[in-house]
Amino acid sequence: MIVPASPDPAKPDLSTPPVAENSLASALPPFSPSAILPRLLARFPAATIELVPNPGPAAEHSLLLDAAHAREIATFLRDDDMLRLDYCSNATGIDWPEKEIVDTVKKSVPDPAGGPDKVVEEKTKRIQPGYLETVYHLYSMARKHGPVILRLRTENRNDRIFLPSLTPVWKSCDFQEREIFDLYGIVFLGHPDLRRLLMWDGFKDHPMRRDYVAPDDFEWEPTPHGSVLDRAKGHYPKTEGLNS
Amino acid sequence: MRAVHDEFHGDLLEVSMGPQHPSTHGVFRMVVTLDGEQIVKLKPVFGYLHRNHEKIAESTSYLSSMPYTDRLDYLCSMSNNWAYALAVEKLGGLTVPDRAQYLRVIMAELTRLVNHSCLVGFLFNDLGTSFTPLLYAFREREKILDLFESLSGSRMMCNYQRFGGCRVDPPPAWLAAASALVDNFPRFLDEYETMLTGNEIMLARTQGIGPMGAAQAINAGITGPCLRATGVDYDLRKVDAYGFYPRFNFRVPLGAHGDTYDRYMMRILEMRESVKILQQAFRELPAGPIMDPKAKLRGFRPKVGEAYGRLEGPKGELGFYLISDGSTNPWRYRVRPPSLINLTLLEELCLGRTIADAVVILGSIDIVLGEVDR
Repeated sequence: MIVPASPDPAKPDLSTPPVAENSLASALPPFSPSAILPRLLARFPAATIELVPNPGPAAEHSLLLDAAHAREIATFLRDDDMLRLDYCSNATGIDWPEKEIVDTVKKSVPDPAGGPDKVVEEKTKRIQPGYLETVYHLYSMARKHGPVILRLRTENRNDRIFLPSLTPVWKSCDFQEREIFDLYGIVFLGHPDLRRLLMWDGFKDHPMRRDYVAPDDFEWEPTPHGSVLDRAKGHYPKTEGLNS
Repeated sequence: MRAVHDEFHGDLLEVSMGPQHPSTHGVFRMVVTLDGEQIVKLKPVFGYLHRNHEKIAESTSYLSSMPYTDRLDYLCSMSNNWAYALAVEKLGGLTVPDRAQYLRVIMAELTRLVNHSCLVGFLFNDLGTSFTPLLYAFREREKILDLFESLSGSRMMCNYQRFGGCRVDPPPAWLAAASALVDNFPRFLDEYETMLTGNEIMLARTQGIGPMGAAQAINAGITGPCLRATGVDYDLRKVDAYGFYPRFNFRVPLGAHGDTYDRYMMRILEMRESVKILQQAFRELPAGPIMDPKAKLRGFRPKVGEAYGRLEGPKGELGFYLISDGSTNPWRYRVRPPSLINLTLLEELCLGRTIADAVVILGSIDIVLGEVDR
């Protein structure tokens, strides 16, 4: 999902639906998101599932799931006989920082001097809240089709960063979700072993976030040999004046 | 090393194997808990070669990432280039001329020969036949690397593919030399197999060791020869039919047991199939341009959108996931590393085995740390 195409994460822009109506759903391949969506909505009436269009030439659209039902839906997609999405190829995170959006509204204002109405552009700024997103690319090895793309979004980027882990459904998400936790800071609930994967354990930040700034001295690490190095400085008498 | 007290098993020993251990194929580290010589727990530790490749690629243009993909799996730069080019072409809707498609198949299959011959050489190293089989394999690999060097200017960091085609057109002399090399390759394989495949120690140390079930492998996202050794017929060259692979006549070898021996045999059989593909490609290679004239390498700005491009790399499914926000840099650049994900089952395969078996199992999975840690 691309920010310019969808200004509001709660309401993706579906003004240009990329896929056919439901009447054509039977002609679509079973793994296309517009064929899956009505089946999922019928099966999980309480869930909110949205189609997120991909405006690029690849035109692989994705399904945005709500966190509460994500694992049930994932299990259904894996076990459903028509889909058999037994293989989760890729799981990754994306950071969408908060963004300032300027809305321009044209208004006609009556001229106090009695002339014709003036058209005034009124600009209002609003902050689109940021969020973190995970993307899962699913394929079926049994049926040899795919991809079906799932997306999950956190509530914000600061403290509501929890998403359900899909590792109990597909074990291939194990290392990949650890990597997302490490580099983006999304906390996966229900992950069997959620630790940092690539950065070291004492590391504090999440380097794949867009606002991450690498410190100047990132190669400095405290070592247990500090006292040795200090003593070494005084090992030789001062040599000032010899080389200068 | 420290003793870990456990009231049921007596004393367990925790051994940190790696990152500087010759059998871990680079800077891979396993924290192994041992009961006597038996492995009761194995935790892989990653990140010693981490340089945040994805962040670097997100802060530079699409073209600038191409040479950097060479450094992912540094034995298979040609395949890495192609996988990235495939994703960018999908993102930008680019086409590739026929000659370039054939050249890509030639380079990818030569890379498969390089990778698989290295792998079997290293596997014998892990089995204890120190260096002689490896040097036989390296002798053949070096011939192919000489070809790569004369074409692209570099043995291993080829930087050869571009989105929309290839960088250099090989002259007829190069094609003749490559064709002769490929025709001679089965002789090397025959020699190699005569000496090693039926070897008693080899059979004793690999058959039935580290078996993987088909359903288990699919759920854990294992791809490539390791998956096909379990009997699952899933080769992206057939399934996705990317590039010009549907034009080639080749078979996908499948294993039956999913053990270390099957994983070894997959590589040998795949090399034989690669030779067939290469011979067809050299026969049918058409004349023509090697770059799409519409492709714009510098200042390339794909439309807003996303694409996931994947191909059958020598180690498994290599994928690139790209999101464009309409600017010259990708908003999101993600590498799906087969080496990392194929390690998902490492602990399950090694439990109950000895350290010596763990080394062989790791060797048969085939990892390159440049790709695992990125």
